[in-house]
Amino acid sequence: MHVDLFDRYSQGESPLHRLDPRVKVVVTILYIISNAVLPDGAWAAFGLSWVLVLVVNWVSELGIDYTFRRSFVALPFALAAVSAIFSPQGQPLTDWSVAGFSLAPTDFGLIRFGSILLRSWLSVQAAILLVAVTQFPDLIHAFEHLHVPAILTTIIAFLYRYLFVLTDEVMRLLRARTARSAALPGVKSGRNVVWRAKVTGNMAGQLFLRSYERSDQIYNAMLARGYQGQMRTLRAHIMTAFDWSLGALSFLFILLLQLVGRIA
Amino acid sequence: MLYAPAPLHIPDGFLNLVISLLFWVMTVIMVGLAISKTSQSLGGKQVPLMGIMAAFIFAAQMLNFPVAGGTSGHFLGGALAAIVLGPWAGILVMTSVIAVQGLLFQDGGLLAMGANIFNMGILTAVIGFGLYRTVIKANKGVRLAVAGIAAWLSTVTAALLTSLQLWLSGTSRLEIVLPAMIGVHVLIGLGEAVITVVALAFIEQARPDLLKTEKVAAYGGRGWIVAGIVVSLIVVLFSPLASSDPDGLERIAEDMGFLSLGLDAPYQVIPDYTVPFLGETALSTIVAGIVGALVLLGLMVLVGSMLRKRQTAK
Repeated sequence: MHVDLFDRYSQGESPLHRLDPRVKVVVTILYIISNAVLPDGAWAAFGLSWVLVLVVNWVSELGIDYTFRRSFVALPFALAAVSAIFSPQGQPLTDWSVAGFSLAPTDFGLIRFGSILLRSWLSVQAAILLVAVTQFPDLIHAFEHLHVPAILTTIIAFLYRYLFVLTDEVMRLLRARTARSAALPGVKSGRNVVWRAKVTGNMAGQLFLRSYERSDQIYNAMLARGYQGQMRTLRAHIMTAFDWSLGALSFLFILLLQLVGRIA
Repeated sequence: MLYAPAPLHIPDGFLNLVISLLFWVMTVIMVGLAISKTSQSLGGKQVPLMGIMAAFIFAAQMLNFPVAGGTSGHFLGGALAAIVLGPWAGILVMTSVIAVQGLLFQDGGLLAMGANIFNMGILTAVIGFGLYRTVIKANKGVRLAVAGIAAWLSTVTAALLTSLQLWLSGTSRLEIVLPAMIGVHVLIGLGEAVITVVALAFIEQARPDLLKTEKVAAYGGRGWIVAGIVVSLIVVLFSPLASSDPDGLERIAEDMGFLSLGLDAPYQVIPDYTVPFLGETALSTIVAGIVGALVLLGLMVLVGSMLRKRQTAK
């Protein structure tokens, strides 16, 4: 399997690719918090928020619609917020009767629903941008600099490294299951749901043992290659004037967003 | 294709700042405890092992099985991780899995990650390990059955807590989101239970040394048993109550100004509203119960570890 199957990092040499990962992490988190605290219905501020995403898209040479095309991953979750439309607060717009239940969408509810969707949609784009312009080892390094405990970052580094190895294992297991499950067209193969779940359970057990035993070999191989307890990256990660100023600029822009959201 | 987002990962934007930060604080406390516990007991070799186990949970979530009508069941793995690796290591493993899912796949938000880790990583470990630890000396059938029940219950608990968080954030109406989430996860939990039981049976057969009674007992003691039983009882008693009369809960919450937590900007909430847990209504009792149980859990773990340290010092 290709290592970049899961990695959303895009190769590039833009200023954002070169920006210190700490700055990128902090700004992304600030941006997401900023979206969370913008009041409902602050459309101008949400619009400006999106402009920031578009500008960053453009500066990072990913293409202006890069995040837009990938931004709908969280959409299924919007289902959970649909009930906000029928909020008891605010003016009812119409009254629908569905199977005896009376549902009244309210103006307040609609504004709330729209704001929740926008917040989620913008925040997802920020997260997409972060991993698109930062290599995962750099990201982990940033978390180390930001005082995330080393044991956690090391586990995450191993998780990332061996995800690809174990995904190969999963593919083998799935291929074997497909190979065993030959069926004539139109004829149902296999047995009931419980049986299918059992097969999957056995596969999970199998995968567990293969991973467990493999971790020994992997660890020895890493020791033999000079592993001393931390993942390394070739980048130095020293905060330059450029990093500081871009971080400060983003911070000011986020403050401006909040100001627009409160006044407008 | 390979990676299917699970409905329990809350994206950013759906929880408000107060709820997000509240659960971040609880998660940081529990993960901090887990780090200090595991670094006491683990050698250098165990950290890579936990990383690879995290990769295993991640990869195992790609194993799915067709249920009906194009939907498929898949696997969260929290209970299994806590039983096989011990609860503290299980918490760290699930934390890493959820962190990478949020970072790499945007499956679950960054601000909402505290809540996601708490729902899917910490409570699953408490219930999964706590209940399993209770019957550790019983025969294989009982142990596997309890592991299955624990896996099922941990999924339902995550769904319950997710709906409560959404409701408290003012994102969903309780009477709609609660029955929907719990209804779906009562079924998804069955898949989780079967996979956990079969995987455990498989591991026990192939590597019985990993699940030896003494080994599992050494992961944690009475604190986990009590915590597991208390949390499970709360969930079992609370879910039917909440599902049967969410209207009542919502009305009470509204009277108390509890729902405004979600509807106002956070800086207005704190001075204007009394602390919601202090009311004398059913909801406040229930919420206070949950919070109390969690605090109790933390205390028990703390006291337990101090006692043990003192004993070893003697």
